[in-house]
Amino acid sequence: MSLRYFDNLLKSLYTVARMNEPAKPDWEKIAAMPEFQALLKAKRRFVVPCCIFFTIYYFSLLYLVGWHTEMVKKVVLGHLNIAYLFALSQFFMAWIIAFLYTKKSSKFDQQAAAFLDHAGFKK
Amino acid sequence: MAIGMFIAFVLVTLLITFFTAKKNSGSNAYFAAGRSIKGWQNGLAVAGDYMSAASFLGITGMIATAGYDGFMYSVGWLVAYLTVLLIVAEPLRNAGKYTMADLLAYRLNERPVRAAASLSTLTVSTFYMIAQMVGAAAIVKGLLPNVSFNVVAFTVGLLMIVYVVYGGMKGTTWVQIIKAILLMSGTIFLSFLVMKHYGFSFSKFFEAAAHVPSAGGVKNFLNPGMKFGSAINPWGPLDLVSLGLALVFGTAGLPHILVRFYTVPDAKTARISVVWAMVIIGTFYILTTFMGYGAATILNGKLPLDANMIAPTLAHELGGEVFFAFISAVAFATILAVVAGLTISASTSFAHDLYANVIRHGQHTAPHKEVRVARIASFVVGIIAILLAIVLQNMNVAFLVGLAFAVAASSNLPVIVLSIFWRRFTTTGAVAGILVGLISSITLIIISPAVMGIDAPGTAANKMHFIQHAAIFPLQNPGIVSIPLGFLAAIIGSLIRRDPRAEGMFGEFSVRAHTGLGSEKASDH
Repeated sequence: MSLRYFDNLLKSLYTVARMNEPAKPDWEKIAAMPEFQALLKAKRRFVVPCCIFFTIYYFSLLYLVGWHTEMVKKVVLGHLNIAYLFALSQFFMAWIIAFLYTKKSSKFDQQAAAFLDHAGFKK
Repeated sequence: MAIGMFIAFVLVTLLITFFTAKKNSGSNAYFAAGRSIKGWQNGLAVAGDYMSAASFLGITGMIATAGYDGFMYSVGWLVAYLTVLLIVAEPLRNAGKYTMADLLAYRLNERPVRAAASLSTLTVSTFYMIAQMVGAAAIVKGLLPNVSFNVVAFTVGLLMIVYVVYGGMKGTTWVQIIKAILLMSGTIFLSFLVMKHYGFSFSKFFEAAAHVPSAGGVKNFLNPGMKFGSAINPWGPLDLVSLGLALVFGTAGLPHILVRFYTVPDAKTARISVVWAMVIIGTFYILTTFMGYGAATILNGKLPLDANMIAPTLAHELGGEVFFAFISAVAFATILAVVAGLTISASTSFAHDLYANVIRHGQHTAPHKEVRVARIASFVVGIIAILLAIVLQNMNVAFLVGLAFAVAASSNLPVIVLSIFWRRFTTTGAVAGILVGLISSITLIIISPAVMGIDAPGTAANKMHFIQHAAIFPLQNPGIVSIPLGFLAAIIGSLIRRDPRAEGMFGEFSVRAHTGLGSEKASDH
């Protein structure tokens, strides 16, 4: 009667317990379902352009401020110059993308729920 | 009076902490507030965790002294949330449990990945925390010249230990919410007073900002170039881009922000909370225009020497003693709350990643034991923070915060993104990415002008560079080099050898991460 005996007993008990578990779902097959692929594609088609857009929009501000300083010093509205207005517009750019994403993602949620339903998962 | 208001804040938050602590049972409650926080509440809490002393005191001071270039921090810190919203928040909530490492450990070999992720989490949190504690020192010197810094460090440290050890995530979340509301009220009122000073005329306000009398004649503070201009430093523009990279990609890698998304019931609420946070944080950063330029114009000629004291001084000038006391109390509360948020994320990572999964080999650890380890860890983290703050009280705050963002952007973000979107990502890649990002960003900062430089004789001890030698790396911010290095190491590490198990689990991971199937549910209590 050693610890090893006890350990083996536990292991066999564990194996027996595992045998009664339902079979694991075939995840590759589920992930390949057209509904899921459509969801991924829809998300990608929205998120990737958004990311590219905000990255370009943000870094073009830094680029202009850093390397075209004289140009962005031009006053265009009252006492406000291009540099300040462009910086301020970044806030609205971020808010608009966040707003659009929230609207769009309620559709993603529906798509995801429909897919899970079809794949046989109960919510 | 400032102390009285601060004590009122502490008493209210302590009451809430004890009240919520009563319901704190089990690890879900302790680490993730039972996943029962509402969207708007978590939005406020994220904002509370994010708007640190560096934001409130630091940016106001920077705009007041460096004009437009200080506003660049404001812009970057909001745009950063698009990365959180579009890429990180929902998959993290869906596939993880308590920490950032959960996301990586889903498909990869748990022990090395958790050890590496925990190392970078603890590093980022520690640098961020020291920055907050050191920031407290500056305020204390200005507000309470008679109180020694050691007393303050102990008070802040001990209070924070109480919040975290007793209140857990729920108590900490409520501290953040209250603090965010106070900070926003203070900011809105201070901006209101600035505009009142200018007769509520934007035209008069911006006219003043465009004509600030300075040593070298009248300066237009709306023009860029006073800090990052190529006329001041030929590397300035590149440093600005490098800083922008660290801000935009660092936020989505900050452990104390990421853990907040585990406190809500599902990914949809996580998304809503990011949007709430963006509205609050964006409004706050736009208002830094009024506080910063207001200080530059109204306090012209009598700006305090310590830039951190500019916002409280402006409050004193426009709102008198009472408002000065309120703003100072808000500044204390801010530091206290952010430090509490950092402590809980650091101790959670220690208990959940290092203790339960690395030291105990992932054998079953009773949840109450994990909570106990986390409580002990927060206690230890708190004590270490107090001691480090006392030892390092003369360090440059901007340098520490920059380090935290650069490390988060270089070591955490690349592996988070790759583990969500790249089937072939492997354990070797994750560990290599984290370590290379961590080591390269820290090394580059050590050899940058932030640490290295030759000071003129007679420079004050707390303004001197650590290493008296010309800087080897020309940029203050390492992001532009260390972020690509982090990505590169993660990609090369993954390409060296395939990991069939990780690839085989990508389907399951994707389904769960993008649909929320089987994600951690809110617990009733």
